[in-house]
Amino acid sequence: MIKVSKFNLLSVLLLLLGSVLFSTNGQAAIDTFEFDNAQQEKTFHELTKLLRCPKCQNQNIADSNAELAKDLRNKTYDLVKQGQSKEQVVDYMVARFGNFVRYDPPVTPATIFLWLGPLLFIIFGLLVLFKQIKKQRSKTTHLDDQEQQKLQALLQKHVKDTHS
Amino acid sequence: MLPEIGQFTLILACLLALLQTIYPLYGVYTGHQGAIRSAKMFTILQFVAVAFSFVILSYSFLINDFSVDYIATNSNSALPWYYRLSAVWGAHEGSLLLWVFLLASWSIAVALMSKRLPIESVARVLAVLGLLAFGFYLFVLLTSNPFDRTLPYFPIDGRDLNPLLQDFGLIIHPPMLYMGYVGFSVAFAFAIAALLEGRLDSAWAKWSRPWTMAAWMFLTVGIALGSWWAYYELGWGGWWFWDPVENASFMPWLAGTALIHSLAVSEKRGVFKSWTVLLALSAFSLSLLGTFLVRSGVLVSVHAFASDPTRGLFILGFLVLVIGGSLLLYAVQAAKVKSRGRYELASRESVLLINNILLIAALIVVLLGTLLPLVHKEIGLGSISIGEPFFNRMFTILIVPFALFVGVGSLFRWKRQQLNDLKKPLAMILIISTLVTVLFLLVFAPFLTWLAVMGTFLGFWIIVGVVYEIYLRSTHRHSFSKGITKLGNSHWAMSFGHLGLAVMIIGITMTQNYSIEKDVKLAVGEQISFEHYEFHFDQVKGLKAQNYTATVGVFTVKKDGDFVAVMQAEKRLYTVQRMPMTEAAIDEGFTRDLYIAMGEVLPDGAWAVRIYYKPFIRWIWLGPLLMAFGGLLMICDRRYRSKKEPAGVLGDEHA
Amino acid sequence: MLNKRRVLTLLIPFIIFITGAVFLATPLLKGSDPSKLDSALIGQAIPEFTLQDIYDENKQYDASILKGQKMLLNVWATWCPTCYAEHTYLNKLAQQGFYIVGMNYKDDRKKAIRWLKDLNDPYKISLFDKSGLLGLDLGVYGAPETFLIDSQGIIQYRHVGDLNEQVWNDKLLAIYEAMQ
Repeated sequence: MIKVSKFNLLSVLLLLLGSVLFSTNGQAAIDTFEFDNAQQEKTFHELTKLLRCPKCQNQNIADSNAELAKDLRNKTYDLVKQGQSKEQVVDYMVARFGNFVRYDPPVTPATIFLWLGPLLFIIFGLLVLFKQIKKQRSKTTHLDDQEQQKLQALLQKHVKDTHS
Repeated sequence: MLPEIGQFTLILACLLALLQTIYPLYGVYTGHQGAIRSAKMFTILQFVAVAFSFVILSYSFLINDFSVDYIATNSNSALPWYYRLSAVWGAHEGSLLLWVFLLASWSIAVALMSKRLPIESVARVLAVLGLLAFGFYLFVLLTSNPFDRTLPYFPIDGRDLNPLLQDFGLIIHPPMLYMGYVGFSVAFAFAIAALLEGRLDSAWAKWSRPWTMAAWMFLTVGIALGSWWAYYELGWGGWWFWDPVENASFMPWLAGTALIHSLAVSEKRGVFKSWTVLLALSAFSLSLLGTFLVRSGVLVSVHAFASDPTRGLFILGFLVLVIGGSLLLYAVQAAKVKSRGRYELASRESVLLINNILLIAALIVVLLGTLLPLVHKEIGLGSISIGEPFFNRMFTILIVPFALFVGVGSLFRWKRQQLNDLKKPLAMILIISTLVTVLFLLVFAPFLTWLAVMGTFLGFWIIVGVVYEIYLRSTHRHSFSKGITKLGNSHWAMSFGHLGLAVMIIGITMTQNYSIEKDVKLAVGEQISFEHYEFHFDQVKGLKAQNYTATVGVFTVKKDGDFVAVMQAEKRLYTVQRMPMTEAAIDEGFTRDLYIAMGEVLPDGAWAVRIYYKPFIRWIWLGPLLMAFGGLLMICDRRYRSKKEPAGVLGDEHA
Repeated sequence: MLNKRRVLTLLIPFIIFITGAVFLATPLLKGSDPSKLDSALIGQAIPEFTLQDIYDENKQYDASILKGQKMLLNVWATWCPTCYAEHTYLNKLAQQGFYIVGMNYKDDRKKAIRWLKDLNDPYKISLFDKSGLLGLDLGVYGAPETFLIDSQGIIQYRHVGDLNEQVWNDKLLAIYEAMQ
C-alpha cells in the first residue's frame, strides 16, 4: 500500500469534519539533498511546492511522505541537478501526469475566468457605484412635476403662514 | 439505555424545531398572539432537548461506552479524559451534533436577548432559525446518527481518536469555528425576517449588527486557531495551504467581513440596504456551502469520495431549498427597497463600498479557485489543480488597493469629503509610514525583495493611518489626553480591527519572504548554524507516555554564542493505531520562531532534521486576535444595550 | 408595483447559485470519483523503455513489444490489495483470448514470481519495473492501472483502480472494440 501522509491544516480539518478513508500519518517528509548552488536549491524548493502529488490528492510533493511523492522529489532533484529550468521540469511532469500535477493552472477556455471573474466583478461594481452617484446628483437638482407642485404648495403655505 | 434516550431527545428537538417554525409563523399571519409568543418557548425547549442529547453523547464518551459505534470508532479507554470529551466532535457525526447544538444555543440567545424587538419580528427570526435547525436535525437523524449502536457484539476497546486530533487544538478550534459558521445563521434569519416583512431599514441593520459581529469574531478566532494548530501540530511549518477545506472557512469570513462594514453603512446612513441583505444571505449560504464541500467529497482532497453519496445529496437538496429560496425571496422583496441617502464619490460610503467590492472580488477568487477544477473536469477539459501559487498571486494584487483604502478610509467623512482637506493627512501618513518601513526593514530584513518592501509598507500605512486618525479625532475638540477618552467603543473597535489586519499583513510578508527552511543531515554531536543561530544536536532519548512512545531529539540553540533554548523534537508512535507522528519543537518569539522537526534515522545513524527560522510568524495569528478584540469592543458598545429604544423599532421605518 | 428590470437584476445571484448547484449535483449523481485522473498520454505512443522480463533477468524488452496488435497493459504489484482483487478477472480475460501485458511496478521480484505462480499468470509478457521508471513515464500514480493500447502502439485509454466485469462491460470493452 502506498502510504498517504498529510500534515497540513487541511488534514486536521478533514479529520475533524469527516471520516477519512486513507490512513493518515503525521510524519514530516524530510530529505537531505545536496545542491551545487543556492539557485538550484531555490528552484528545487519552488518546484516541490508547485508540484502536486497525484496520489495523495491535495498535497504538494514537498510535504507528502507518499512513495510517489518521494519518487517525484527524486526526479525533480535529478532534473534540477542536470540544470533544467523550472519550466522544463514542470513541462516534464505535465507531459506525464497532466495539468493536475501543477498547482498553478494553465490558461484554458475555462480557467480564464479565474482571472476574468474577479476583474469583471470589480469593473461592474465600480460602474454601479458611479451610476448610483450620478443618479443621486440628477435627483438632487431636478425635481419631477409632482414634487415641483408639492414644493410650490409648501412655499405658498409658508408665505401665507408667515404673513398672517 | 442512555444512548437511546439521547437519540430520543434528538428526535424531540427535531420536532420542536419544526413547531418553532410553523406555529409562530401561523401566529404572525393570523394575528394569533399566543402562537406568536410560543416561538420563545419552543426555542427554549428545543435547546434543552438537544443539549440533553449532547450531554449524553459526551457522558457516553467519558464512561467509554463502546457499544456506541461512533465512540468505538473515535475513542479509546487509554485516552485522557479531556480528549475523550473533545472526541465528541472528532468526526463527522458528532461534529454535526455540535453544529445543531450551537445552532440551538444561538437561537436561545436571540430568544432571550431580544426583549426590545417587536415580538412579531422575533417570532419570524426564531421561525427561520427553527427551519434551519429542522433541516440539520433531519440530516443528523437520517444520514449521520452518532447514537447508532454496535450491538449485540461490541468491541472491548475503541479504535482510538486519530493521533493528529489528540491535541489542545481539537478542544477549542472546532467549537470556535462552528460558533462562527452557525452564528451567521442569526444574520441570515434577521435578513429573511426583514424580507418577509418587507421592511429593510436602519433598525434592521442595527439589530443584526452585534449578532453578525459576534459570529464574525468567533469565525476569525476559529480560523486563526486552525492555522496555528496546523502549524505546530503537523511538522510542516506552514500556516495556510488554500485547500478546499480551508477555503470553505475563508469564504464565509470574507463575506462576513464585507457584511459587518456594509451593515455599518446601512445602519448609519440608510444606504446599500439591498446589497447588505444580500451579503447577510451570502455569509450563511457560504457556511452551508462549506459544510457541503467538506462533507460530500465532491472535491479532490485527502477525503476519499464517499461511496454513498446520500449525505452529499441531502445537504445539496437542503442548500437548494434554503439558499435558492432565500435568493428568490430576495429578488422579489429587495426590488421594493429604495435608497434614500445621498453621497458623493469622495465619501466614506464610497470608500466602504469600494472595499466591499474588493472583498467580494477576493471571495470570487476563492470561490472560483475552489470550484473550477470540478467544472473543468465536468465539461471535459480534464483535471486541473488550483493552489497556492495562483491564490497567493491574486491576493498579493488585491491586498494593495484594499490596504491603501483601509489605511485612510476612516479619514473620509460621510456624505461628502473635500479632497483638499485630505491632502495634509495623506502626506503625513505617507511620509511617516515610509520612514517606519525603512527603519523596520533596516533592523529586521537581511536583504530586500520588492514584495517585502510593499507588504511591510502596506502594513505600516494602515498602522500609521489608524494612529493618525485617532490623533485627529481626539484633538478635534479637546486636548489629546482628554479627547482620546471620549472616543466610543465602536471607534476603538474599528481601529483594532484595522490594526489587526496590518499586523497580519506584516507577519505574512516577513514569514513569506524571510523564512529559512533547512532539511539537513545531522548526527548527535554535530551542529548547524545560520542567521546568527547555532543548533547543536545534543542527544537522542526515549520517552514513554500514557498512549504513545516517542524518540526525542534534544538540541541546544545559541544565538551569537549566547544560550537561547533547549529544544526537544519528538517522533511519536501512538500505540493503538500504530501511527507515527512528528511533534515539532518550537521556540516561540515575538519576532521569530525556531522550529525543529525530526525525520527518519539514516543508514549511518545520523538523522534527517528539518530546521526552520520563521520571522514574525506569530503576527499572523496576533492580527486576527486583534481583529476579534475589536469585534468584542463593538458588541460591548452601549448603543446595542440601551433600554430607551422605542418599541417596535424594527418595523418603524418603511424602506 | 415591481420594477421588472430591477427584479431581473436581483435574480442574478439566484441564477448563479442554481448554475453552481447543477455543477455540484452532477458528480454526486454520476458517482464520479474526483480522485481519478485522465491519463495525459492518451493519443500518444508508448514511451521508449528497456525493461527486464520478470522471470529472466537476461531477457530485455523495449517499446516495440507494445505494438502490432490491440492489447491491455496492466500495472500491478504484490503490495497492492486491489491488484489481488482484480487478478482473477485478468485471468478470465486472458482465457477469453485478450492480449495482456503485465508491468510489475516497484516490487520485489521473488514475491512477484510467487504471486504469478500461485494465482496464475494472465500476462503474455511480464515486464519488471523495479525503479518505477516506465511507471513515471506513463504517469502511473497508483496500482492497479490498466492501459488500452491499439495496434499502432498508441495509448487510447487508462483505467485506474479495480478492473472487474462491470467496469469492463460498461466502459472498457467498447473502447477496446473501437480501437484499430
